[in-house]
Amino acid sequence: MNLSPIGLALSTAKRSTCTCASMKTGGDSLIPGSFDYVTAKNVPEAIALLQQYGDDAKILAGGHSLIPILRYRLASPAVLIDINRINSLEYIQETDGTLHIGALTREAELDSSPLIRERYPILHDTARNIADPVVRNWATVGGNLAHADPANDHPATMLALGALLVAQGPGGERFIAVDEFFGDSPFETALQPGELLTEIRVPAPSERSGGAYFKLERKVGDYAIAGVAAYVNLDASGNVTYVGIGLTNVGPAPIKARDAEQSLLGKPLDENTIRRAADLAEAASRPTSDTRGPAEYKRAMVHTLCTRALRKAGERARGGA
Amino acid sequence: MSKHTISVKINGTTYEGTVEARTLLVHWLRDDLHLTGTHIGCDTTSCGACTILVDGKATKSCTMFAVQADGRELMTVEGLEQGGKLHPLQEGFHECHALQCGYCTPGMMMTGLALLRSNPNPGEEEIRVGISGNLCRCTGYVNIVKAIKYAAEKMRETQQTPVATGEGGGD
Amino acid sequence: MATEARHVHGLGEAYKRKEDARFIRGQGNYVDDVHLPGMLYGDIVRSPYAHALIKHIDISEALKVPGVLAVITGKDLDAAGLAWMPTLSNDTEAVLALDRVHYQMQEVAFVVATSRYAAADGVAAVEVDYEPLPVLVNPKKALDPDAPLLRPDKKDRQPTNHIYHWETGDRAGTDAAFAEAEANGIVVSQDMYVPRIHPAPIETCGCVADYHAATGKLTVWMTSQAPHAHRTLFAIVAGLPEHRIRIISPDVGGGFGNKVPIYPGYVCAVVASITTGKPVKWIEDRTENLSSTGFGRDYHIHAEIASDKDGNVKALRVHTLADHGAFDAAAQPTKFPAGLFHICTGSYDFKKAFVEVDAVHTNKAPGGIAYRCSFRVTEASYLIERTMDTLAHRLGKDPAELRMQNFIKPEAFPYRSALDWTYDSGNYEAALKLAMKNVDYEGLRREQAEKRVRGELMGIGISSFTEIVGAGPGKHFDIAGIQMFDSCEVRVHPTGKVLARIGVQTQGQGHETTFAQIIAAELGMSPDDVDVEHGDTDTAPYGLGTYASRSTPVAGAATALAARKVRDKAKKIASYLLEVGEEDLEWEPGRFYVKGSPDKGKTIQELAFAAYTNCPPYLEPGLEAVNYYDPPNLTYPFGSYICIVDIDRGTGQVHIRRFMAVDDCGTIINPMVVEGQIHGGLTQGLAPAMYEELAYDENGNVLSGSFQDYLIPTSMETPSWELDRTITPSPHHPIGAKGVGESPTVGAPQGIVNAVVDALAHTGVRHIDMPLTPWKVWQVLKEKGLATD
Repeated sequence: MNLSPIGLALSTAKRSTCTCASMKTGGDSLIPGSFDYVTAKNVPEAIALLQQYGDDAKILAGGHSLIPILRYRLASPAVLIDINRINSLEYIQETDGTLHIGALTREAELDSSPLIRERYPILHDTARNIADPVVRNWATVGGNLAHADPANDHPATMLALGALLVAQGPGGERFIAVDEFFGDSPFETALQPGELLTEIRVPAPSERSGGAYFKLERKVGDYAIAGVAAYVNLDASGNVTYVGIGLTNVGPAPIKARDAEQSLLGKPLDENTIRRAADLAEAASRPTSDTRGPAEYKRAMVHTLCTRALRKAGERARGGA
Repeated sequence: MSKHTISVKINGTTYEGTVEARTLLVHWLRDDLHLTGTHIGCDTTSCGACTILVDGKATKSCTMFAVQADGRELMTVEGLEQGGKLHPLQEGFHECHALQCGYCTPGMMMTGLALLRSNPNPGEEEIRVGISGNLCRCTGYVNIVKAIKYAAEKMRETQQTPVATGEGGGD
Repeated sequence: MATEARHVHGLGEAYKRKEDARFIRGQGNYVDDVHLPGMLYGDIVRSPYAHALIKHIDISEALKVPGVLAVITGKDLDAAGLAWMPTLSNDTEAVLALDRVHYQMQEVAFVVATSRYAAADGVAAVEVDYEPLPVLVNPKKALDPDAPLLRPDKKDRQPTNHIYHWETGDRAGTDAAFAEAEANGIVVSQDMYVPRIHPAPIETCGCVADYHAATGKLTVWMTSQAPHAHRTLFAIVAGLPEHRIRIISPDVGGGFGNKVPIYPGYVCAVVASITTGKPVKWIEDRTENLSSTGFGRDYHIHAEIASDKDGNVKALRVHTLADHGAFDAAAQPTKFPAGLFHICTGSYDFKKAFVEVDAVHTNKAPGGIAYRCSFRVTEASYLIERTMDTLAHRLGKDPAELRMQNFIKPEAFPYRSALDWTYDSGNYEAALKLAMKNVDYEGLRREQAEKRVRGELMGIGISSFTEIVGAGPGKHFDIAGIQMFDSCEVRVHPTGKVLARIGVQTQGQGHETTFAQIIAAELGMSPDDVDVEHGDTDTAPYGLGTYASRSTPVAGAATALAARKVRDKAKKIASYLLEVGEEDLEWEPGRFYVKGSPDKGKTIQELAFAAYTNCPPYLEPGLEAVNYYDPPNLTYPFGSYICIVDIDRGTGQVHIRRFMAVDDCGTIINPMVVEGQIHGGLTQGLAPAMYEELAYDENGNVLSGSFQDYLIPTSMETPSWELDRTITPSPHHPIGAKGVGESPTVGAPQGIVNAVVDALAHTGVRHIDMPLTPWKVWQVLKEKGLATD
């Protein structure tokens, strides 16, 4: 597991919601410290630059997590590598039973894509709940995953979908299963130094599959109080042949609720099995109390949201909207 | 600390400047170019008062560095009025009393413009979702929704009416 | 000269706003838009600790930062006697901390640099050594014997953290009424916390201070709601001659009370400009704004109502613990340390009442009165509307019925309350009846009953508030000693156009339009021909500014009266030109004419021209007038709001299904502007009820110091407000207008809280403190066995 320089800085900084960022002097000016800036025109160039600058550098994609961090001086990379011009990384395509999402795809694209709305509503649920519509014009799917903030929304959904992440680096292309991508601590991923996340792959829906993402927030635009993504495949008798359940912002890292998933395999999706799964999802969550609510409430909300997500996933699997 | 020379088209005019990498786009616009119509209302990324269009996309200009805008086309509130004629959004905000102190207004209108370009006939709920990244303390949003609806209708009318080329709905 | 009849847009017309022209073009001139040659930038070093001694400040590294010119500390200010400044509440506050800091984010040093970015780098390079001290954040512990003494600087006159005790009313009579009710009637009590919140206008506070040594003139562009008062205070505090101070409040991006106090940043910028000889700009960022500038509320209230067995209220008794933070910098008239809190008998006919307030210091930001509160009327209205509901539930009576039964009757006005306010006019029954009719109240109660059977939680909340605004009569109301009159100067040019200047200061309320309408109505001309200026103390007549909804009641009156003086002089000129006595003249909008010979007349434009070209020899030439208005009384807008909510039993989320607001602000100048004010005010009433709180942890860390955590409602949280009105003019106001800006923030929160409590009342719930977060509501659901998925 690797903690990026940003991750290290953030983990050790006072990461409460007190935004009095600099404990040395107090008070924020919201002006970043100085850094150097380079742009990459393509993926090989980005990788070369990452190798060149090593730990001193940070990838600038959408920037709507990174730039606020820099403005609060919570981290100070020496170099930013801007990858926003690599248009070849922005795409949403379904081919050969797989949905391919370029890492630089903006959340607004996912939100408005007819393909996503129709065939991957769980991704639509997720994208449209990230931040606000203006931020979504720039925020990227890849960034949401690679930044690995446990409060980010895509990790839970990708865990539920069983996504495959594609990275490019000095050693070439690498495939990382999403449930091996996140570490146990915030901002920790399996990306190696010099590696860039380039694509996310999701299996195309089968005849009886469906998913949903439910996010509870204090107001629109906020991070989740708690979020639950659930995705199921049912067989012809209505029994669960695949299930993925991911939890947002109720632990130090995104959580895959394995016991909850296990409890549903081979069973029908009914109120009893759903309740049991929700119990187990709740038990898997480890939230802390903060300005988004007491831990007890967040755990209970995992239960409520898991119930609602599974019900919705079942409805969608059976052909509903 | 790197300095960069950038060339950016803003409201149809090309501006050049030399900026530090860390110079935020909103500061470059306001302090260097004196385009002070775009405002700052929060620490970062929350209030939307700084919203402009970058290559047609609504963008919180406090969450972008000026260097990132190099070679791009920007539109700010100063670019809405064309040839002495108010944009339907400006007209709508005035007719519907969608502004009081005026501070959130430029950002709100730019978001409204981007919204209407992608959805020319939005309902109330769609408008409310569309402006949910822009905060207002004065109006309670009711009249802002009305103003955007007013502008949508005006823009659709202009599209439908055969006009001389170059009119394009006031865009 | 124009003689054709023109449609006069006077009172009651939805005239489109004149100020819009610049705002929709992005051509507003806000303080941060001001750019002067050679301008420097200031930025503030702030304490990360809530309570600490300052051992040492090292500015040496900061001075090495390219672009940094100077770093001012408390010691530098102390040499000029400026390290401390008076507050509006008879306290003093630090400009820059000397030996200790009293709250997190308190100002410690001021960096002056050639650019915004250099100033920020300078701030980051200043090193301060602190020795933390024990922190006091719980006001209930402020008077414990082992509580740290937070203000050793004034321990001779205030040996504890207790700032003041204030009381009003008839204690003995009230206690007797309660004794009687304990024996033969009903007594209910309610504890309520009204949390600390912040006005958070989208534009933060700031200034550009520009001192010219050669002329000795100081010009300060400033986010100010009260430029003249600020000028006088600068003169007194800084010892500068007042005629050489010019405060310009240009366009202000929202005030809501945030821009009434004088903040250390302003003083430091002025000092920096005097020291460097250059203009110095200081603009705070959002965290600074939320964490250090004037907050609102923070009242811990214990309220009791005594009534007879049928629910006729007899007496009200209130005790409040007020948390003012480290310095009492509350902005209110000096004779009223708790503002107008004693309006808390509200719309009801209490025979006896007694109110007492004890104020204490804590290690939090200074202040107390702000956020569209009419000087604590938000707190007052909240307590009475909540406690009346508690009484209704105790009696098993419908809350609307209990209110109707106890309303002050229309024939009782002017009404002298048990706490000595004389309400000018009101018709509370009419407003509540209209609101109930609009929502089909009976139908809603039936629906609620049906839903209860099915386990669905629906609530209906009522708030029937009485406001008190228009401060105020000079013998009782002053800000820092200056009586709270207001003013208008009207000057008519030879070609009949009008330039008016007023002593109040809009921050979005639309004065350039509404005050033009007042003059237009009096003189019978188009508001297009009347331009209204404000905010420049070199030219505007002295006024006390805009806050507490006082502009229309006070400056609006001055405006009408000044315009009438102009019209009176015009009449004299008409009498001269038409060669008749004044008693033979009639007025119609825009024109005087001879009684019986209507075509023999002169328009106001002709009379204006004559004032300069053919003036009666016994009159001064010119056509202008000024009025300084000392109001005879305050005004009392009122209303009834009904809120309908549905509660999600799985999450505790409250969904506002409908909100009906019936307001009465007397004569309406511009209904479009009034509606806009109400929409905005309701949204700022919703916000504290459900979202906003300036929270601190036990170490005095600000937990909601940015918009990430200080939750301003977006378009998605805000309902589609429904409005209606009744009109009950003020009998003492020249045009019968009362003011409206704060009625909705005063009336709305308890409507929402009452609705949520009402949804749960059948389970015994009597109160939930604001903000009604989902987890708070869910906790109640869980306790009552109502939580589901």
